[in-house]
Amino acid sequence: MAEVQYRFRDDEPVSDPGVTVDAFGEQTNAAAVRLEPGDDARDLLPHLERLRLVEVNFPVFGDGRGYSSARILREAGYSGELRAVGQVLVDQIALMRRCGFDAFAPDQPLEPTDAEAAFARWADVYQPTTDGRAPIWAKRHG
Amino acid sequence: MYRYDQYDQAMVDTRVEEFRDQVRRRLEGHLPEEAFRPLRLMNGLYLQLHAYMLRVAVPYGTLNSAQMQVLGDIADKYDRGYGHFTTRQNIQYNWIKLEDAPDILADLATVEMHAFQTSGNCIRNTTSDQYAGAAADEVVDPRPYAELIRQWSTVHPEFNFLPRKFKMAVIASDTDRAAMRLHDIGIQIVKNESGELGAALYAGGGMGRTPMIAPCINPFVPIGQMITYAEACLRVYNRHGRRDNKYKARIKILVHELGKDEYTRQVEAEFAHLLTQNIEPPAAELERIKTFFADPPFETGIPDELDRSDPAFARWVDTNCLTHKQPGYIAVTISLKPVGGIPGDASADQIRLMGDLAKQYSFDELRVTHAQNIVLPHVKKADLYALWQVLEANGLGTPNLDLIGDIIACPGLDYCSLANARSIPVAQKISERLAPREAEIGELKLKISGCINACGHHHAGHIGILGVDRKGVENYQLLLGGCEGADTSLGQITGPGFDEDGIVGAVEKATEVYLANKQGEERFLDTYRRIGMAPFKEALYG
Repeated sequence: MAEVQYRFRDDEPVSDPGVTVDAFGEQTNAAAVRLEPGDDARDLLPHLERLRLVEVNFPVFGDGRGYSSARILREAGYSGELRAVGQVLVDQIALMRRCGFDAFAPDQPLEPTDAEAAFARWADVYQPTTDGRAPIWAKRHG
Repeated sequence: MYRYDQYDQAMVDTRVEEFRDQVRRRLEGHLPEEAFRPLRLMNGLYLQLHAYMLRVAVPYGTLNSAQMQVLGDIADKYDRGYGHFTTRQNIQYNWIKLEDAPDILADLATVEMHAFQTSGNCIRNTTSDQYAGAAADEVVDPRPYAELIRQWSTVHPEFNFLPRKFKMAVIASDTDRAAMRLHDIGIQIVKNESGELGAALYAGGGMGRTPMIAPCINPFVPIGQMITYAEACLRVYNRHGRRDNKYKARIKILVHELGKDEYTRQVEAEFAHLLTQNIEPPAAELERIKTFFADPPFETGIPDELDRSDPAFARWVDTNCLTHKQPGYIAVTISLKPVGGIPGDASADQIRLMGDLAKQYSFDELRVTHAQNIVLPHVKKADLYALWQVLEANGLGTPNLDLIGDIIACPGLDYCSLANARSIPVAQKISERLAPREAEIGELKLKISGCINACGHHHAGHIGILGVDRKGVENYQLLLGGCEGADTSLGQITGPGFDEDGIVGAVEKATEVYLANKQGEERFLDTYRRIGMAPFKEALYG
């Protein structure tokens, strides 16, 4: 399992690796799950109470389904760790952050200077998402 | 037209710096081409046959003179003195160096322009009616709604890695001048019986190798929920669109495979959920945007008559000008289709000149049309003759709007790495052969694509031409009966293809069949629809 390189949370990390969505449904004590691009994030919604870690896998960076999975979980009120794993590249981490990811465990570690610049780059954004940032239209109209 | 505030400006400035950093990492070898490719595409940069091509966004086709000045200067400074206006109302440059691209984006940012998402598997530049704000038949000006969509779709974090590209168009009249139903999402702004505005939503249209006309999935989304509804459409597509085969990845395949009703059901469920998420910009934001699209200060009580004593001028007026909603004004289309020319091309000098003329004669506004021409939307009739004389003197007065010489053509194998055949030389030959008879032939929309991806809209041409590769030789298929607009239809292939000279002759034969069978005021399309394919086949292959 790749190491968590960035984590924007203060709570204690979950050390268990995420199980598959099918196994998670059967193992009633599991607190960590791993979502593949084809999994339906909404299958997890009945179990949010016991979930502490969701790993969303990006087997290839060009498959964007994980962005929707992340927002769906956050929109449903999931407040545990949401970790991007797999082919997580420096030029996508700011987008992921905006969709609610708060931990990053890339297969290939990111160059720290580039990653910090990427996280900090966009001062303002047009859309409200699930990262709590006020969109530009909210700033325009107080 | 819309003007940036500090937030909009910061978005484009940040994008320039982001892309400059990405190009630097690429050139220093820290960023592999595989990871760089979608980043450059989302900044409009394609790798073509001979060089990089940069596609600059022209949101809903609207430009001013300061922007045209910079577009002309970019053509001189970084290209070979030309720009090419596209069927998506954008402009592209064909001879760009990668290391220059960040500087070009920086030049564009000085005049509130960018290349955000003009390529890549993301929401592309939103197009609209080129006569918006001038046409007598619109319910409202569609551009404020398109601007709202522009902002919503710009760097939308969820939708940068869709299964495939995603194109939207917004219109606000029953006369569809933007091929709205041939888009991934088409929106027509409508008024209901109570006089409230809403968006009629069409989803799953497109051209390409599997052309489809978008069905209406919701005839009236309240205008204050339009963005939320669009987000629901996109989310269902992002999650469930096919990713196993890039040729089946467009939303039209999803809508087709699920069926319109099931896709709509999923969208409605997602919409109901997203309504709880407060993602819709407030009405005040739409009102703010609308103030930028208020009518220019038209003069009233001015003459509505034209002096038509110069026959060449009168012919151009009849062909290239459209009735304006304001008495005393007229909307002018500048044809970028001179006889034998390259459709959509303009020299740097012509680009700057059109900008100057817009400033002098059209309240500093121009539009790019999806047919690759330029519109000056608000010209005083009293100024029209003087304007025409300048256009004539600069190769911009060709009187052929919607005639057979007004050809849409993709760049084809002269530039494009996807193409199977050249498009431009075919367009040039047809234009030269048939221009002398175009008045007699009348309205005839001819569209040429150099491959099955259909960038030249061949499915929607009254006459369409598709270039294919047949055992290493360029071959051209002929299609008849396509049409965009309120009565959208897809063209049908006549039969076996032709070589380059043969296709020119085949088009000529098709026009002869039309002229021999024409009844009354019928256009080519009307005659074709009445008599069907058989007489054309007989003439072509009999």
